[in-house]
Amino acid sequence: MNAPHARTVQHGPQVGRPLPHESAALHVSGAARYIDDLPELAGTLHAAPGLSTCARGRITRLDLDAVRALPGVRCVLTAADIPGSNNCGPILHDDPVIAASEVQFYGQVIFVVAAETRDIARAAVRLARVEYATDPAHPPILDMDSAIAAESWVLPPFTLTRGPVDEAFARAPHHLHGHARVGGQEHFYLEGQISYAQPREDHSLHLICSTQHPTEMQQMVSHVLGWRSHQVSVECRRMGGAFGGKESQSAQWACLAALLAARTGRPVKLRLDRDDDMVATGKRHPFQYRWESAFDATGLLLGLRLEMASDCGFSADLSGPVNDRAICHIDNAYYLDAVALRSLRCKTHRVSNTAFRGFGGPQGMFVIETVLDDIARHLGLDPLAVRTRNFYATEPGPRSTTHYAMPVEDNVAPALVAELAADCDYAARRAAMAAFNAHSPVLKRGLALTPLKFGISFNATHYNQAGALVHVYTDGTVLVSHGGTEMGQGLYTKVRQIVAHEFGLPVEDVRLSSTDTSRVANTSATAASSGTDLNGKAAQAACQNIKARLAALVAELAGCDPAQVEFAEGQVRAPGFSSGFAALVMRAYQARIQLWDAGFYRTPKIHFDPITKLGRPFFYFAYGAACSEVAIDTLTGETRVLRVDVLHDAGQSINPALDIGQIEGGFIQGMGWLTSEELWWRPDGPQAGRLMSHAPSTYKIPTASDVPEVFRMKLYANANREDSIHRSKAVGEPPFMLALSVFQAIRDAVAAALPAGRPLQLDAPATPEAVLRALGALDEPTP
Amino acid sequence: MSERPIQFYFRGSLHTVQGPAPTRTVLQYLREDLRQTGTKEGCAEGDCGACTVVIGELAGAPGQEELQLRAVNACIQFLPSLDGKALFTVEDLASGPDAPHPVQQALILHHGSQCGFCTPGFAMSLFALYENRPDCPTRDAIDHTLSGNLCRCTGYRPIVDAAREAYALPRTLLDRAPVIAALKQMAGLPSLDYVAEGRRSHSPRSLAELAALRERLPDARLVAGGTDVGLWVTKQGRTLDEIILIGHVPELKRIQVGAGRLEIGAGVTLSDAFAALTGFEPQWAELARRFASTPVKNAGTLGGNVANGSPIGDSMPGLIALGCEIVLQKGSQPRSLALEDFYLDYQKTDLQPGEFVRALVLDAPAPGLTRHFRSYKVAKRLDQDISAVAAGLAVHLDDEGLIRRARLAFGGMAATPRRAAACEAAMLGRPWTPDTVRLGMAALREDFAPFSDVRATRSYRLSVAANLLQRFWLETSGGGGAPVRLDQLHPIQPGSQP
Repeated sequence: MNAPHARTVQHGPQVGRPLPHESAALHVSGAARYIDDLPELAGTLHAAPGLSTCARGRITRLDLDAVRALPGVRCVLTAADIPGSNNCGPILHDDPVIAASEVQFYGQVIFVVAAETRDIARAAVRLARVEYATDPAHPPILDMDSAIAAESWVLPPFTLTRGPVDEAFARAPHHLHGHARVGGQEHFYLEGQISYAQPREDHSLHLICSTQHPTEMQQMVSHVLGWRSHQVSVECRRMGGAFGGKESQSAQWACLAALLAARTGRPVKLRLDRDDDMVATGKRHPFQYRWESAFDATGLLLGLRLEMASDCGFSADLSGPVNDRAICHIDNAYYLDAVALRSLRCKTHRVSNTAFRGFGGPQGMFVIETVLDDIARHLGLDPLAVRTRNFYATEPGPRSTTHYAMPVEDNVAPALVAELAADCDYAARRAAMAAFNAHSPVLKRGLALTPLKFGISFNATHYNQAGALVHVYTDGTVLVSHGGTEMGQGLYTKVRQIVAHEFGLPVEDVRLSSTDTSRVANTSATAASSGTDLNGKAAQAACQNIKARLAALVAELAGCDPAQVEFAEGQVRAPGFSSGFAALVMRAYQARIQLWDAGFYRTPKIHFDPITKLGRPFFYFAYGAACSEVAIDTLTGETRVLRVDVLHDAGQSINPALDIGQIEGGFIQGMGWLTSEELWWRPDGPQAGRLMSHAPSTYKIPTASDVPEVFRMKLYANANREDSIHRSKAVGEPPFMLALSVFQAIRDAVAAALPAGRPLQLDAPATPEAVLRALGALDEPTP
Repeated sequence: MSERPIQFYFRGSLHTVQGPAPTRTVLQYLREDLRQTGTKEGCAEGDCGACTVVIGELAGAPGQEELQLRAVNACIQFLPSLDGKALFTVEDLASGPDAPHPVQQALILHHGSQCGFCTPGFAMSLFALYENRPDCPTRDAIDHTLSGNLCRCTGYRPIVDAAREAYALPRTLLDRAPVIAALKQMAGLPSLDYVAEGRRSHSPRSLAELAALRERLPDARLVAGGTDVGLWVTKQGRTLDEIILIGHVPELKRIQVGAGRLEIGAGVTLSDAFAALTGFEPQWAELARRFASTPVKNAGTLGGNVANGSPIGDSMPGLIALGCEIVLQKGSQPRSLALEDFYLDYQKTDLQPGEFVRALVLDAPAPGLTRHFRSYKVAKRLDQDISAVAAGLAVHLDDEGLIRRARLAFGGMAATPRRAAACEAAMLGRPWTPDTVRLGMAALREDFAPFSDVRATRSYRLSVAANLLQRFWLETSGGGGAPVRLDQLHPIQPGSQP
């Protein structure tokens, strides 16, 4: 029996093995420690934020006397108490840690309390007396249409034109226009936002924080305290999920805990209640689109005019880069010959939206898939045929350059899609489905196969760097630190495999330490799917530095060339020489050879002009495709996903089990975004702008029974043509967008229920209500 | 009744608690007081399952007691509810440092954890399943077991596979004898009167004791499963100075079937109540599957769902459609009334001071008529969601196929669960045909003026309520043979008959 606890050491290549997550045994036993599980330091206080109950207004009274008077309360802070800069915006300084007087969304932090227990802190918060002045002439802006009408932006509109668009429209035989909306998405990491600030000697602070971006926390906390970076260290061993929600937006909670800790001199833990977390932290950006398409009789897209607006909420946060990535993904796998794009970054009186798996990419792809689907339906062609017709060329030439001027050099979409279509029996099932639908008035089936091409690297070139620190101890065991954070994706597991592989050791001899800004400095966020690409290469580089020294020693001892030294199976071998790794290491130590080292990596080839949005922002593309079969109930609008087949390009996988896990998990998360996950704010009245889907009771992520009866995942054999870590490809975000096939399949089923020729208008998420509305069964328009 | 500490079986022995407030949750007690941090808080409202623990109780007739193990949400269970029971957490699963439980091994083998935060909760739900089912269950049964556990990372497939894999590993069952012995020992304890931090909870152990307490303390909050009241404390920050827990009153936990009658005590859990309802009338099955999650059904009670009187309580439309009577009691005096008459207005019922809900009673259909019944629920998600619309629909047809009785009740459409009087009137005396259904659908618009909210718009609710009537007809009249329910569909097989 393959008991995971039995310490059966496996030698041989460690890269490519489907190893369990390095913490799996701890996860299942409850022994994996998250921040709230750590033993508390004596004197620890617990914090809770006070949130605004007004979406747009000015605070005219903030009476916190009763809050302070509650027994057990030790400290209450407002904006006036912030010694440094009152900002936690990562790019622009438009995001107050505590709102001073102007309130910009319902749920904004207006004060914070620390008390002896969390219950007392939360009870104290409720005792505040707050009054607001609102201006009836300036009601809160709560939707993108109002923001566009008022020209309310967090960042100026951006336009990009490629090719002779007007000419293309004039010459094209067919034209369509359309509009669509796609909703936002709550991250719903199972572990909510949490920070634990521990004052240390001589004006310094150690923060244990559930964050994807320790360095940014470190900088933000020092700015807020008016300190310098070397006074603050930030540590994270693991997160209970993040998905982008702990990239920039863990900062506010870290800053509040740090402010309270600095003020009281006591350790302060701030763990948000789930409802506060959902109300007060940003989400995936909702988008809306208007477009005109021009095409020929084969469905070839000749021209596209697109206005793409995003709801950024009240501040910029990461909305600039999110929208840039959306711009870079409106092509998905398709060549856009002539395109005129206008990107609007709407400022509304809602929580500031932020990073979320895909980072604008899903919203970019959403629209092109719908544009092409409309064209296919208009022409009476199979949507897959129209999609295929528009693929980028696989050879260099005019049809292989993106609208942002990057050559597509690794296009496998045509071959991958053909393989999946054959594997999943697309054509025969499509025919069978038409026959079924003809005789089924209440239930309708739908089928769709969509491709995926996703750019890998941060658009902002300077983030594409990483560092690692590798220690080889004299007993031959290895401890690795790097700048990446573990949020469940398996980064630590993959880096462990990479390091073990380099030294020829079993993974059991390699351990990962927590990520800590005092071990590796100036780290980039673990985001953009780049964790393993960057940190894996950095760790490998550190290993190679150490190996080079060991090889030189062996070469000296064995009288051979260092290039002849091999590290494998726990041994170090050269012609006429063999030693156990541990023995060699001890020998090297005694010879005063450095057994630890740092490694650094910067992604080659990439550049991107943030002004023109042109360049080669991505080192390479990840590809994939999914075919989804759904059924809808035309009486209630309920849907069910019956079967999904996925073929995904993870390059030469470092760990196929983890990669499959990312693909399946990303797919189901994407399916939730497009089906059951609906954010709903009060549209008017005194509580206008209040999020009502603020808990899992009202916000519905998928459960086990939503997983399709047939759910087949396969990795596509395709070594990365670029020199990535072991020729693998990033896999964190791309699979999320495979779920667009679910939405397109629902469209297909809706189309089967609509009278011929009737336009198909379905917004996402395709809730039962949205589907019934698309069927024309509701007598009132979209609210 | 005596003032004494709370007692329960925990980590292999009897455990005594005195000090925490009566409304301290089991989860807070575990994590903050005992520093047993394997059990996690994800939402503190019983919706995510990260806090899932397993509760052991004795079930069965005296002398034939068996240990019943059920998963519940620790985050909304008050500490005194553990009195006399056994508590198992994720730390109890492994039989040694290198001997994980089969469900834990299977989760590792199938890569069932990514971030790992939800994993202890899944392990506990799977542990309860594994202990309760000797053979590997179906996919649907596994899904149902996991309906109260959210995972945001894995997409569930590996967890479902792990549930199956656990049965392929060498079977390892809990040693039940010491648990049963401890539970029997605690069965002899006097009723719990627990006082701490100036607050008090009572756990009467007989109906008479409850009735007396209720009369003496008409303002004390009655708590059955705590799946709603728990949130008053964790989410609304309310303090409850005095509560009466009804979970230890044996008379309220009885289900009596006989002579065409079903009586369900107010303390019967939703899990047991739905099993009984489905046995009595198979058409409860669909609602039984979709109603709440397994851990909520294991804690919550049918009596609590009914007494709570929420306009979106899912059990009431079906109960009203079947002519359910609610039995109330004050002192030793019971009184019965039709369930629809119990609801007066939004969150307002006919329950009098000093009175409590004792039971719900259903009678078999009247002889001579053919009864059709369905109980529907429509929501954004299949499992563990609050209805946009719920419907309990019953028509009784005579030999000529004419509708002699119609009881059509809806939830989510008004301030209370309510019958659709105009719709019923429009259909009464007419044949059970599409034309009559159309009349009923049109009349429904006179019956209801629902709200728009986070779950659905007014327009959607009105349309779906009418469409459910159509579905009711399609399902009970054949409807031409084409499938009408999504759960009848499987992936299409090219070449097979549609």
